[in-house]
This record gives sequence, structure tokens and C-alpha cells, in this order.
Amino acid sequence: MSAKAQRPVDEALAREFGLTAEEYGNVLSIMGRTPTFTELGIFSVMWSEHCSYKSSRAFLKTLPTKAPWVIHGPGENAGVVDIGQGLAAIFKMESHNHPSFIEPYQGAATGVGGILRDVFTMGARPVANLNALRFGDPNNPQTRRIVDGVVRGVGGYGNCVGVPTVGGEINFHPAYDGNPLVNAMTVGVARQDRIFLSAAAGIGNPVIYVGSKTGRDGIHGATMSSSEFDEDALAKRPTVQVGDPFVEKLLIEACLELMATDAIVAIQDMGAAGLTSSSVEMAGKGGVGIDLDLDNVPQRERGMTAYEMMLSESQERMLIVLRPDRTEQARAIFDKWELDFAVIGHLTDTGNIVIRHKGEIEAEIPLAPLADQAPVYHRPTAPAQKPQPMEPIIDPVGIEQALIRLIGCPDLASRAWVYNQYDSTVGGQTVRRPGAADAAIVKVEDTDLGLALTTDCTPRYCRADARLGGAQAVAEAWRNITATGARPLAVTDNLNFGSPEKPEVMGQFVDAIAGMGDACRALDFPVVSGNVSLYNETRAPDGTSQSILPTPAIGGLGVLEDVRTAVGLEMPDGCDIMLLGETKGQLGQSIWLREILGSQDGEPPTLDLAAERRNGDFVRGLIQNGTVIACHDVADGGILVAVAEMVMAGQAGCVLESPQSGMRPEAFWFGEDQSRYIVAVRDGQALADLAAAAGVPCRRLGRSGGEGLTLPNGSTISKARLVAVHTEFFPRLMDR
Amino acid sequence: MKAAIVVFPGTNRERDMAIALRGVTGQAPVMVWHRDTALPAGVDLVVLPGGFSYGDYLRCGAMAAHAPIMTAIREYANRGGHILGVCNGFQILTEAQLLPGALLRNAALRFLSQDCFLRVERDDTPFTRHWAKGDVFRTPMAHGDGNYIAEAETIRALEDSGRVAFRYVAENGRMDAGDPQLNPNGSMNAIAGVFSENLRICGMMPHPEDLVDPLMGGEDGKPLFTGLVEALVG
Repeated sequence: MSAKAQRPVDEALAREFGLTAEEYGNVLSIMGRTPTFTELGIFSVMWSEHCSYKSSRAFLKTLPTKAPWVIHGPGENAGVVDIGQGLAAIFKMESHNHPSFIEPYQGAATGVGGILRDVFTMGARPVANLNALRFGDPNNPQTRRIVDGVVRGVGGYGNCVGVPTVGGEINFHPAYDGNPLVNAMTVGVARQDRIFLSAAAGIGNPVIYVGSKTGRDGIHGATMSSSEFDEDALAKRPTVQVGDPFVEKLLIEACLELMATDAIVAIQDMGAAGLTSSSVEMAGKGGVGIDLDLDNVPQRERGMTAYEMMLSESQERMLIVLRPDRTEQARAIFDKWELDFAVIGHLTDTGNIVIRHKGEIEAEIPLAPLADQAPVYHRPTAPAQKPQPMEPIIDPVGIEQALIRLIGCPDLASRAWVYNQYDSTVGGQTVRRPGAADAAIVKVEDTDLGLALTTDCTPRYCRADARLGGAQAVAEAWRNITATGARPLAVTDNLNFGSPEKPEVMGQFVDAIAGMGDACRALDFPVVSGNVSLYNETRAPDGTSQSILPTPAIGGLGVLEDVRTAVGLEMPDGCDIMLLGETKGQLGQSIWLREILGSQDGEPPTLDLAAERRNGDFVRGLIQNGTVIACHDVADGGILVAVAEMVMAGQAGCVLESPQSGMRPEAFWFGEDQSRYIVAVRDGQALADLAAAAGVPCRRLGRSGGEGLTLPNGSTISKARLVAVHTEFFPRLMDR
Repeated sequence: MKAAIVVFPGTNRERDMAIALRGVTGQAPVMVWHRDTALPAGVDLVVLPGGFSYGDYLRCGAMAAHAPIMTAIREYANRGGHILGVCNGFQILTEAQLLPGALLRNAALRFLSQDCFLRVERDDTPFTRHWAKGDVFRTPMAHGDGNYIAEAETIRALEDSGRVAFRYVAENGRMDAGDPQLNPNGSMNAIAGVFSENLRICGMMPHPEDLVDPLMGGEDGKPLFTGLVEALVG
């Protein structure tokens, strides 16, 4: 890289750094001269898609972000919501897709590390991690390598830092073959009067660097994440960062200890684009200048240039602006935790960022235009191709065989092999572990409050209809939180799409956001934080590139006033098993259609947001007052899969009755109509009466009890057989 | 009961342990820092909790075994003090040679976080007195290196002198060390926990401290702590 550092700065170099000719022209006009090599590096990462959101910003602004319980929406390191008792939940989800393809273990591990820092930098102790993962075709030999590395990486980092990994989701589809998605979410809890923000203030205040030393890892990681892979993707391994969860753990404890004092003015982690983005954003938000002397930056390697230090994405580092009289108090805390602590600069009134190194000024950039003149694109959109209409259906297998195939298929099989590698109990507050309820439930220590946490998205719906898919992802997160009895509060979004330079991808992006906005507004479920990952494409050797399925992953958070009221999937014996919500038998884009008939045709199920809200509010009330004893939303695979999941989650079996629905059995049992819940209650008729009064469709499915799942034709599938089929997929894929 | 919990850099289950101890004693345990050189006066029980001390980048527990506080812990042990080591704490106790054997990578070479069933092998110790011999209880486990191993001679001595505290078994108590379903990490003789010769030091891999509240799924781990309180405070 140092040889490269000698190269003259010109448009060709700017292009190599990922800037267009027009963008480089803007750099020249802002600077009034040719920028230095380091300055060009700073512009290129700050104006990368990853840092500037240049293709997405205009559309993100349309999302609803406010509610009475929202304390900080998008714009801070993470979203902050009021959960009562003077406490706040702080949460965000972020992607680490590109690094996870190149180097799955470190890519996933540092994804977890990065999102943890976004949360504890605001003053929260992290209390839960979740992750939404998408992998390629299980039959593709690369998939196994990537699943293995990603799962080990998520576990390796989360287990060591001692934050329980409590939930998430996994899909497989060939569209992710060369571009898996690793979306990591962290949730933390803080006192509302001790929330820390990133806007620097106080001319002359010292700027402190803490955490790990800076090395040459991850240089230009942000730029790499802002372009498509080519056939040389794996050669980009040096742009992947390397994580050290042990240092992260120390950093969490040291920062929280410092945060208990009044020493901090502003704090931000060094994430993508490391020292550059943290210093530029902190000073820029505060409307001040910042002067950094890189000689004082703790360095892991010798001979690093200013360019390398500014663009390094070495992990586990934070930038802090301190009150000047608290420097020694702060230093003592970081000494105790054996972490580097260095005063590397101070705030100025110049409005510029000045980078000094070895007595030279390596960069001097006015901050306001660097932020304000960052490119914004309204890229052309085109309607995506609609799926073929569904052909008339002939069920070739019957519902029993179909159920067996569905619960064993890659998208529905048990994820226990995965989550059993994640420590889900550390902290001692995990009330519902992975798989036990529709959302994970974590108690807020020393209170009766509970947090309900989930991640959701159905990419195949999004491909068929991005607007509907965006709305459905939000609705499903809301539904999963509701199904535990919790009140949904807010979401974080992680928008994973292909190249925005393809009009049909841009169209999907715009439509998905519109759909998300529809659902967020209808459900009072605002977006408080998020992340966009574009250019998720794989280039084939023939030069064509394939986009991933549009995947707007939603991380949802809800609160339970009394965590003891939460319900899960497990049914007691002797309950009436009832279905709430309307069943039309929609099989378009269903798992049944794909797994049994091999078809990805048809329109996805319709979504009526008014019904969603009505049904959900009804169910939540009945959980909170104890009427509903167990609850499961009906999602992928429809009613029969949902009932089978409830049987597998507990001791009781279930005897189903003939539905008398007037529709074909496969449509009734495997249709994926939205806004439905299966509930266990003591008195089904009483529930039906309440539902009728509330205008919520309700029908009886059967009764809990027995040893397995008894179908309407009298045939019983034992619980042991269900479990065996359900748990076969992952070990067979991974442990061979 | 006055309990002290030792915190190394990288320890991460000290809060879980504090919650469990506070729940049965009504008293918050004292947190002791790895660089301290003395234990608080009058301590009835020292606990080495779970985590990844010093990142466990060497062998698990190997660095912690040489931390400054360990000199005081050795002296405390020599005076007949009671010590509980859980997970990383168990690894540290073996590295410090306060307990025999070693913990290798799990047989499947993967981190395992799941519930397991433990059988109580004797009930006349401060750690196990609230169970009956042969009782089986459920407890979470969460570790990458829990595969207990020792020389054949040591294993024989442990077995002959009744120093195996807990074994991994089926819910009905059946043991089969060769069955990965029942003995998930591949430990010799399905050993999940052992005692020192004087029965005052106990190390175990699973986490009874994470199952002491019905809200979290049960109270199966609680007898360990109530038994210690009764034994050590009387």
C-alpha cells in the first residue's frame, strides 16, 4: 500500500477508490486544489454507498420514525425507545454481508462486534444478540463452508463477550450463493438519563482513542462493501477485519464504568471507515473542527501511513470526547481494563478536520461540505418482473406426506444445530430461549419488564411483490412480538438488495420501503435505526451478475410490563386449539408450492393491515389477561406446520378435527394467509364469542393432548417422528 | 453466607452467579478483581465463574491460573476453604492443579449451548447435600472445551475415592459415555464435575446458576446453592 501511496492523485486513482468522475469533480471544487492521497481516501470512504447512503437516503427519509415512546430515531448510533421505569432499550441491526462471503468466520464475528459497539457506545449494557442469516443453495458446496464459518463466527464472538444470542432466522436460496447475508442485531438497556450521543462539543476538549491498536486490517472495507463482487472476490480477504471478542468484552466494561461518571461529552465507535467516519461524524454533528495527530494513535504495525491509519477498520476501538478535567480519571479506568488510552487530538473552532502525521499536515478538509455535499442519487427504477400466475393445483402427496417434507425442508427445519452453538443463557435473564416462542424473551434485570425480540423477512414474497414483501416483513415482526403477549414498540431495518444501478433492483428497493412505511404507520411501529446493504450481487464467470432476493430484514422490539405473562409455543394438555384470523387458502409463493410442486409461481398472500392490527390487538389482550395459554403465529408452511411446531415445542400432542372449510385440504392446511394466530385456550367457545364480538375470524382446529399430531383422517404422527424429521436437515448438511 | 466471586478480564457469568447466590443468601456476594492479592476476610465460599478469562487464547484457564489473586486462592484452599468453579472456573481450577484432570475441546469440535441432565454421584458434600445420590437434574451448559480427561490412574483414583461429583446422563439417569446424545462433550466416564480430595473444592462444566428461577425455565440448579448455604453457615 505504501508504494501505492506514492501515486499521484488524479481521476484514475479516484475511480479506483470508488468515486465517479462527477464525484471527484465535487472533491476538487470543495478542496479548491488537488486533494492529497489521504484526503482522497477520506472522501472516498465518506462518500461510499456504505457510509453516505447515497442511493438510499432520499427514500429512507419517507419511513415513519416517530412515536411518543421513541427517544432517539435514526441518526444516532442506534435507536432508543422508552420501555418504562426510566429505562430505555437501545437497538440496531447491521449487515456484514460482503466480508462474510470472503471470510465467513471473521466476517460474521466482526459483524457481531460492530453492532455491539453501536449499542454500548450509547450507554447501554448489551442484553441480547439476534441474527438474520441468508445462505445459498444447500446443495452448493460453498454453502456448507459459509454456514460453518458464519455460525462459528457469530458464536465465537457473542459467546466470548457474554451477551446471549437469543434469536434470529435463516433462509436458503440459490440467489445468495455468492453473496450470503449476515445481519446482526444487538439490544441493550440503559437508564434514560444516561444515554450518550456522538455530537462533539467544547472547543479544546481532548479527543481520546481507546481500545485495540490500529493495524492495516480492513483498509477500504467500506468501499469494498459498496461494490459488487467479481470473480476475484476471495482475493479481497485482506479487506476483512479481524475480531477480538475478549478486547470487546473489556471495552464494554471499561466504557460502562466510564459512563457511570460525568467525564464523557461524546462517544462513538470506530466502525466502517474507522477513524475517518468516527472523527468526521462526531465533529460534523457537533459543528466543530477536529485536529488529530496520528503519531499518538496506538499502532500495531510499524510504518503505517496516515492514509492507512485513517482508513483502517481494525476492530474494538472507540473515539471519545472528554471533559478536559476528567482525562486522568478516564485513563485510570482504561488502565484497569488493560486497554490502550491515548489523547490523539482536540476539538477546534475551524470547522475543518486536520490530520497531522510526523510533523506534516496530511489532510485538511472542511467538514460541512464533506457531509452536506455528499452525493444523493435518485437512480432510475423499473418495475420488477412479476411471477407467473399459478397453474391449477393437483396435490400429489396428501397432507401427511407434505407436512413431513415441509418440516424437514431447509427453510423450515429445526435451527437447533445452529442456536445450540450460541450461548443463549449467559446473563441469567433469558425467559424464552430460541425456538420456545415466536419472539425471544429477555427479562430486564432487577425489574419485571421483559423485552420481546425477533427478526423477520420473507424474501420470496419480496421478490414476487416488493411492496407487499416490505409490509409483510414489518407485519410479521409485529405479529411475532404480539404472539408472546408483548407490546410492539419499534423496529430496526437492515435493507439488503442488489445493485442500485440496476433499475429493477432500485425499483424493488423503493417499493419495499414504501411497503415497510405502510405497515409501520398502520401498526404504530416506527423505524428507529437501520442499515442499508446494496450491491449484493454475484458475478458469474460469463460476466452476468445475479442479484440477491430483495431482503429487507426487520428487527422488532416489544415490551412486556410483566415478563411473567409471556407465552410461548408449548401447549398444556386439554386445551382447545383455535385459529384466529381469516383463512383463504392462498398458496402463491408458499413453501408448500415450492417444496411439493417445485413452483415459485403465484402472487404472495395478501396483507390487510387493518385486520393485522385488529387480530393482533385482540390476541395480545387475551395473552395479557391469561385467557391464551400458548400462541404461535401462522407463517411459512401454514396452519399444519404451525401446529406441528407447537407439538414439538412441548409435551402435549394435538388432535386436529376436520375443518369443514369448503376448500381443498392443502390450501387450508398449507396456505400462508397472513395475520393469523393459533392459540391454546381452556374454553374455545368462550374465545369464539369474544372473537365474534371483536370482529376477528375464529375457528376451532382441535384439542391438545395425546402423544403426537393426529390429523383429521385419524392418522397420528408421533412426536418422535416429527422431531426426527425436523432435526435431520442441519446435521446432515453440516456434520457429514 | 459470605461469598466472593472472582472476576478475571473476560469473565462473563459473574452476574448470573451473583443473582443465584443473592437469591439464596439474600446477600450480594463480594466481587474480587483478578489483580487483588487477598480475599475478603471471613469468606465462606469462593466462586470462580464462567467466561473466557484473558480470552482463553492459550488453553482455557491457563492464564487465569497464574493471576495475582490465585496465590490467595491457593492459600485459602490449603486452609480448607470451600471453592466452586463453574465452566471457565472449573478449567481454571484444573490449570491451577487445585482439581485433577483437564478440559479438552468438545468431542464434536463445536461450542455446545443446550440443556443437559446431570446425575448426582454423592450427597454427603457441601455442594450436593440438598440432592440425594442418584438424583438427576437439568441444567444449561455452554462451552467449547468441556471434554473432561485425565490419566487412567487419575480417573481410577477419582472413581475409587468417590470424587466424581456429577455425570452427564439421560433424563432417566442412564449413563452412556459413548453416546453423544447423553455425554455431549465426550468427557471420560461422562464426568461433568469433580471434587478435591477434601471434598471442599468442586468444579463443574454446566451452569446450575442459570436455572434457579421458574421464570427462566426451572429451579433445578438451586439445590447446589441452598445446600452450600446450609453447610457453610449451618
